[in-house]
Amino acid sequence: MAKYLLKRVLYMLLTLFIIASLTFFLMKIIPGTPFASANKLSPAQLEIMKAKYGLDQPVPVQYAKYIGNLLQGDLGVSFQFNNRSVTDMIVGRLGPSAQLGAQAMILGTIVGILLGIFAALRQNTWVDYSSTFIAVLGKSIPNFVFAGLLQYYVGVKLGWFPVLFWRGFEYTILPTIALSMLPIAIAARFMRTEMIEVLGSDYIMLAKAKGASFFEIAFKHALRNALIPLVTVLGPLAISLMTGSLVIEKIFAIPGLGEQFVASITLNDYPVIMGTTILFAALFVFIILVVDILYGIIDPRIRLSGGSK
Amino acid sequence: MADFEPKIPKDRFRPAEIDSAKSEEINKPSLTFWQDAWMRVRKNKGALVSLIVMALLIIMAFLGPVISGKEFDTQNVRHNNLPPKIQGLENISWLPFDGVKVNKAGKEIDMYEVKKVDEYYWFGTDTLGRDLFTRVWKGTQISLYIALLAAVIDMIIGVAYGAISGYYGGRLDNVMQRITEILVGIPTMIVVILMILVLKPGIISITVALTVTGWVGMARVVRAQTLKLKEQEFVLASKTLGNSDGKIISKHLLPNLAGVIIINTMFTIPNAVFFEAFLSFIGLGLQDPYASLGTLIDEGFKVLRLHPHEMIIPAVIISVIMITFNMLADGLRDALDPKMRD
Repeated sequence: MAKYLLKRVLYMLLTLFIIASLTFFLMKIIPGTPFASANKLSPAQLEIMKAKYGLDQPVPVQYAKYIGNLLQGDLGVSFQFNNRSVTDMIVGRLGPSAQLGAQAMILGTIVGILLGIFAALRQNTWVDYSSTFIAVLGKSIPNFVFAGLLQYYVGVKLGWFPVLFWRGFEYTILPTIALSMLPIAIAARFMRTEMIEVLGSDYIMLAKAKGASFFEIAFKHALRNALIPLVTVLGPLAISLMTGSLVIEKIFAIPGLGEQFVASITLNDYPVIMGTTILFAALFVFIILVVDILYGIIDPRIRLSGGSK
Repeated sequence: MADFEPKIPKDRFRPAEIDSAKSEEINKPSLTFWQDAWMRVRKNKGALVSLIVMALLIIMAFLGPVISGKEFDTQNVRHNNLPPKIQGLENISWLPFDGVKVNKAGKEIDMYEVKKVDEYYWFGTDTLGRDLFTRVWKGTQISLYIALLAAVIDMIIGVAYGAISGYYGGRLDNVMQRITEILVGIPTMIVVILMILVLKPGIISITVALTVTGWVGMARVVRAQTLKLKEQEFVLASKTLGNSDGKIISKHLLPNLAGVIIINTMFTIPNAVFFEAFLSFIGLGLQDPYASLGTLIDEGFKVLRLHPHEMIIPAVIISVIMITFNMLADGLRDALDPKMRD
């Protein structure tokens, strides 16, 4: 276990290093200048600006400096927003994104698990079919389409919830629903499969024979064992939420990381792009690692060989 | 019960002959793997309907721009933001194809009369007066191209990488596995966004980005299967008969992998289609005047309150594409590998 853990952490660090380097060098070959209204500057002014941000030094020097700063948690300063530190900008944006992601994750898994359970308990009835249909829709309809339609019909036409911005709990409802479609779909499909398998096993038969009630069987006996493998999909789920937050935050004008990332791409704000990319990558790699370890702890039959899977 | 006792004369019954020679007879023609799979796909109504809808979509994607009689990039500002109007369907009041728009006060206005337009725009027009019918089907072509591209990348790079890595094993496998392990750790979305920043946004950069990242999942699955298969006797037999490695891989391993490969490809395709639309939506995809469903949705989204048809039509088309691909993928998985059925 310790050896496996060490190996995985080393891989994690290597991956992060490669991503950081890749990001740096790709940014170097991007066309366009990083300064706002650069065409208004004279060549001399541009030189001064470049010197100020250390862009006149040779690339290897810039690279070494960049990696050194990165290790200290310093992601540089934004070119566009009055020299604000990127770390500050990211930290200021974390709150809404984290809240939105957590809410969508909780709503999505709970609704998805319930849908999956009822589908499995009432296999091949209309309950099952409609649950499967919802799962297919959730997986198929792009989240930005769903978010746009939700905003238009529920927000604008019906006027039930606020349409834009982030000023309190009622503002979080529509984006949370929009973002939770994919978790619902994934959790529902997965739960259905697992529950059907568990419900067919001998100990459920025993519980039935001794006269346990329907709900006791479903929620006390079957659910626990069916839940275990759900841990494996939590990782991909969290990642899909991170990707989804980019468009959802854009649509609902939420001051989160994703919205900032999309804006920084249009503005060519290199340090912000790099910083956010590295943060996303770090979260991603970390989640995968945690899920793998959790799974090994919960189900010892899956030996942590890390090999073919 | 007793009332219905059937009266069948005794002489119609005859003892069955037991012929030991015929007990081993097979009285149904044996089916090949593919016939069997096709039979199971046909039984799955969702998959069958998806197949038909997909065929229609493919036909329309290529026929649509031709029959509309309009160019996808011809601007006609006088005709901008027209609602859909279709000959024959315009008089059916519950269909939204009558060229009538409800204005803010809730009053219905025939935009075609107001603007004195005699032509019919089947899906309406956009802000610049371009024909949406042509643009939507042009956009569908892009989505289909992405689907084809993702499939080809998966089938060529992914399968070759996985098969070589798994078959040869040893140090080569070790190196190749380390590479995929690192690639798996990098979020696809981030690679794609970085690639698109370096190259110009457009269809080429999306192609390159998908080529870089799209095959890793397939390579891992194929490698795992190859590791299992290569230990089996028929491979040993083929080797003993003196067949080359290339021949063993292509003639013996790949046919056995076909099911897994098809299932995996079918699940990659909707992801790729979604990805292109996603990138186009955040402004990293195709650039004007070219249209993909993602850019059309992005443009329509900006005027959603005033002209809902401009977003809803492409949104419906992309949703239908995604649903059919997903349903077909599920159907094929059940048909080709009943063990994986959920």
